[in-house]
Formats: sequence, C-alpha cells, structure tokens
Amino acid sequence: MDPVSLPALSCVALCGGTHGNELSGVCLVREQQRKKEEETEHVTLVTVMSNPRAVQECRRYIEKDLNRCFTAAILSTPVSDRTPYEIVRAQELNALLGPKGSDGAMDLVCDLHNTTANMGLCLISNSDCDWICMHIYKHLQTNISSIPVRLLNLYTSPDESSNLASVGKHGLSIEIGPQPHGLVRADVLSTMKKGVQLMLEWIRLFNSGTVFEGGEVEVHTVVKCIDFPRDPETHDITAVIHPQLQDQDFCLLRQGDPLFLSFSGETEVYRGGAPLSSLCE
Amino acid sequence: MGADQGEKSHYFHFSSKMEVINLPAVSRVAVCGGTHGNELSGVYLVREQQKKKEGAETFSLTTVMSNPRAVQQCRRYTETDLNRCFTTATLGTPISDRTPYEIVRSQELNTLLGPKGTDEAMDLICDLHNTTANMGLCLISYSACDWICLHIFKHLQKEMPTVPVRYIHFDVPQSEAYSLESVGKHGFSMEIGPQPHGVIRADIFNAMKEGIRLTLDWIHHFNSGVQFDGGEVEVYAMVKNIDYPRDMETHSITAAIHPQLQDHDFCLLHPGDPLFLTFSGKTETYKGVEPLYPFFVNECAYYEKGIALSLARRKRVAIPSIQVKTDCGKENGGEELKLEEKERTYDCSEDV
Repeated sequence: MDPVSLPALSCVALCGGTHGNELSGVCLVREQQRKKEEETEHVTLVTVMSNPRAVQECRRYIEKDLNRCFTAAILSTPVSDRTPYEIVRAQELNALLGPKGSDGAMDLVCDLHNTTANMGLCLISNSDCDWICMHIYKHLQTNISSIPVRLLNLYTSPDESSNLASVGKHGLSIEIGPQPHGLVRADVLSTMKKGVQLMLEWIRLFNSGTVFEGGEVEVHTVVKCIDFPRDPETHDITAVIHPQLQDQDFCLLRQGDPLFLSFSGETEVYRGGAPLSSLCE
Repeated sequence: MGADQGEKSHYFHFSSKMEVINLPAVSRVAVCGGTHGNELSGVYLVREQQKKKEGAETFSLTTVMSNPRAVQQCRRYTETDLNRCFTTATLGTPISDRTPYEIVRSQELNTLLGPKGTDEAMDLICDLHNTTANMGLCLISYSACDWICLHIFKHLQKEMPTVPVRYIHFDVPQSEAYSLESVGKHGFSMEIGPQPHGVIRADIFNAMKEGIRLTLDWIHHFNSGVQFDGGEVEVYAMVKNIDYPRDMETHSITAAIHPQLQDHDFCLLHPGDPLFLTFSGKTETYKGVEPLYPFFVNECAYYEKGIALSLARRKRVAIPSIQVKTDCGKENGGEELKLEEKERTYDCSEDV
C-alpha cells in the first residue's frame, strides 16, 4: 500500500485552562510559556491559556462552558454587552487559532483536559478518519506504558463540533484522569507532559519526512450519554454510580449490569440493547 | 520527662482502672452537611435524613444544611469559608449590608445550634465533610480529652474494620475554634476521603452513612445507661502546615506533591523524604527535624489557604470508662460537673 501524503503540520497550538480547574493543562502551558521555546525545528508551537478568568478563579467556567462555544453558529453570533464572557472569548480564540474551516487555521490544535473519571489517557477526536490524529494516537500508545491510552471519537461534523480542538485543521483533546478538579497530581501531570512530548516528537518526525507505517488501531465511538436518575420536582440526583461501575471506565457494560445505587439502597441496572463501554465523569 | 508526663496525665484521667466517669446524657444532637457546598456526601446524607424525618428514642436529632447557597451552586463557599466563621470574635461581629453571606449564616447557625459556650447549645454537633486527600475516615476535634468524642471514635474504629478510622486533635482554645462543631458542647467533624469535590462516590457515601449510624447508635446506648469501658486510643495531634513552593511574583505553585507522598496520608514522613516534585522535575525533601505524620495531603481546597499538607504527632491517650449520669440531687450534680470540666481542661494542657 502506498503511503498517503499529507501536508506538514507547521503551526501547532497547545491549549490549557479551557476549563479553569483542570490543572494539568494550566501548569503545562504556564511552564511552556516560561521556557518560551516557540521555534523548534520543523514546527512553530503556540501556547494558549484558553480561559484566563476561569483559571484565575479556579472554576470550570465563569458564565458558560467555553468548550461548548466553538460551533459555527456560536462563533458567528454578534457580540453585545450582554454576551457571556466565554462566547466573546471563543470568538477571540477563533480569530487567534482559526478561523475555523479556513486555510489560515492552525494545522493542529491540541487541547489539554482532566477528568475525575478513571479514564487513563484519552485522545478525543471529532473525526474517525483523521490519519494524523490516528497516527499520533498509535505513537502514544506504543510509547506510554504507565497508563492505558485510548482514542475516543465524537463523530461530529466540523460545523457542529463545539470544542476548541475543532478550530484547527486537525484537532485533538488530551484528556487524563482520574484527577479531582482544582488540584495537581504529579503522576497525572507527568503523564500529560509525556503525552505532549510524544505528540510533538511525532510531528517533528512527520514534518521531516518520516514514513509512518499503517496498521490497525482500536477506537471507541461515543454512542450516547446516560443521566443520573433525578427527582422530577427538584431535579436533584436520587442515585449514585453503582460501586461495581465506579472506576470501571472502558469495561464492557452489558444489559442487566448494575448502573446506579439509589440513596435508599436499590440497584438500577443498564437496560440498553447492545453491550457498550462506559465512561463515568 | 515524657514518661513522667504520661504517668501524670494517666493519674489525672482516672485514679484506678475501675473508675467510671459519669457524664450528662447526649440529648440534643445535630448532624450538619453542606458546610462546604461541594462536599457532597454530607449534602445528600442530610437531604435523605430530612426526607425520612425519623425520631430517635433517647435523643432528639436535628439535621442542618449549613450553607444552602453554596450547596445550590455546588461551590465550597460563596464569599468566605463558612467553616472559619465560628470564632467568638466572628460570631459577635455586628451585621451590616456588606457583611459576607457566610458570616451572617454562621450567626444564624450559632443561634440555631448554640449559642456557643452556653448551656443551651446542642450537646453534640457532627459536621460532615469530604476531602480529596486519601485520609479514610477521620474524626477531627478541638479536644483530646472529650470522652464522648473519644468513645465514639473507639466505637467507630471497632465497628468499621474495612475503613481506616482516625482521630485528629487541633489544639485550639474554644474562643478561637473556628469551625461549626465548636458551637456544640461536644463536637467533631467527620471527614472522609478521597473524593473529588462536586462528585459523589457510592463507597464514600456508604462509609459516611455507616459512620453516622454508628455514632447515633452509640449515643442511644450511652443515653440508655450502657457503660463503655475505657482503654487506650491513638490520636494524631496537629503540629503544623507546609505550603507549596510558589513563584515569588505570581504566587502560583511551582511544584506538586511528590508521587511518593501523594496518597500516603498518615505514613510517617522522615527528614529527607521526598515532599514536592517541581514542574521542572526537581525533588524537594522534608527539611523538618522531627518525623511527623502527614494528612490533608493535596487537599484541593487548601491551595488557596497556602497548605500543601498538614503534619501531626501521634500519641496514645488513655480514656476512662464512662456511663451516663442519672438524676441525682441538682446541687451535687452541678458541682460534680464543674470538677470534671476542671480536670478535663488540666488534662488537655498536660497532653500537649
């Protein structure tokens, strides 16, 4: 099989603090900005603190989740005094790293996140056939053995993709957990650093002409989300994730498997059709 | 000198192993949740308890959602940490339009559950908390000679074999005690971790449910006249806090808790042991002289308070047998109580 030829990734953006309390990315971007290494062989690296106000307050967001503000519709919303901060910021980031869908956009936007779920390292991609992202995934999986490395495919069209990574020609979120929001674990930070290093290493090798062999990789595609059972009046949750499901991300969930444990002690089971892998945020 | 002190405190605690200390019944009990709005085990436990509205036979149970606004927003607090607002000074601050919400609320709670330091105060306040630190179940108290609290601790330790149960003593005088449980005549926080703030885990929720059940169970048996045998328990006495290394200009942290310390709460930290790993990859070690026990290691809410971890000494405390005081002549009862109070105050200062 002939290798597929793809344009070099000359301009890469590394973003942290898209959620202000997901601290691995915040620390990584701060360190990178202190070192001020922007021009390296074969690739220009731009580092961005995506939501500085949320970072300052160590909150996920101020008014609206920034990482849901990058749909084509929201990016073209006229801005007024009353526009939520994060929508204004999304349009600023789109001007800086995009515009989304145009030739001027960053070749790759890599957005750094943490999750409280036991997900190991997940690369999240909006496309199921972005060979750049798939190869970066393969490279990380081959070279990281300390935690599981997986690829999660959101399978949305560019216009409907609402996350920051979708602004670039290629986009990847690196999501690592478990880590409580608002704190830094050394092991998680170290894994994220390694992940970013390996990604940049792959990009340099790719840009300098290395042929990366194809093969087969395993991908998880998001099918659906399940909410907690809630009180119909107050909307409060009335159950928690069942102990047999808690921390068992990516373990196959079959019909009849425990899903929730109500506060009154009853088990609710998974009633879906096909067995699926679950992620619990 | 240590041995002498130990023997002396032993003597003042009880003169013979058979001596039983009589204490008033614990008739009015408060269980509080949501003092920090994003520590969810307590929030949901109090909500469930309020739905059930079960009375108890030998004591009255009041459940309180301490900081409803913070709970609503799922934040630790809205303007200032409620659990630092219960010093005598803050409780006596005059209220104006500009008074932070939590200070107004602390005074409301003091009226409801106190007033602190008076006869009208709740007999026992149990305040429910979660921590991101790997601390298991901890009872945190301002006293190391409150026999009610220490017997409850002994009971939980015995009846909860799968969860590590420990007792932490903060040696702070009552007027300066800043947290909610100091409003009651007896009080402790029940702190369980690790759990991320804003998240509820079934295992942690169940451990807290069981901890409360055993606490209320003990109170019921105590009030009914059961004699609880004394013995020795291990207590961790808070010594000091250590902050993260920080950038001098921005004040941002420049290191994380070292992987060898992370999740190792209550594992003895020796001088020279790794403490922090800087973002540039350097290890910083513990430079104290005395080996101490770390706790609240990497508690997320403490970053803003300048605390990376706290350190404690571990000590053995002898606790007497206790039994509820039955009705006798009021005059004698009053004097007896005063004598016990005096002994307790003296004992505590000896312990440290």
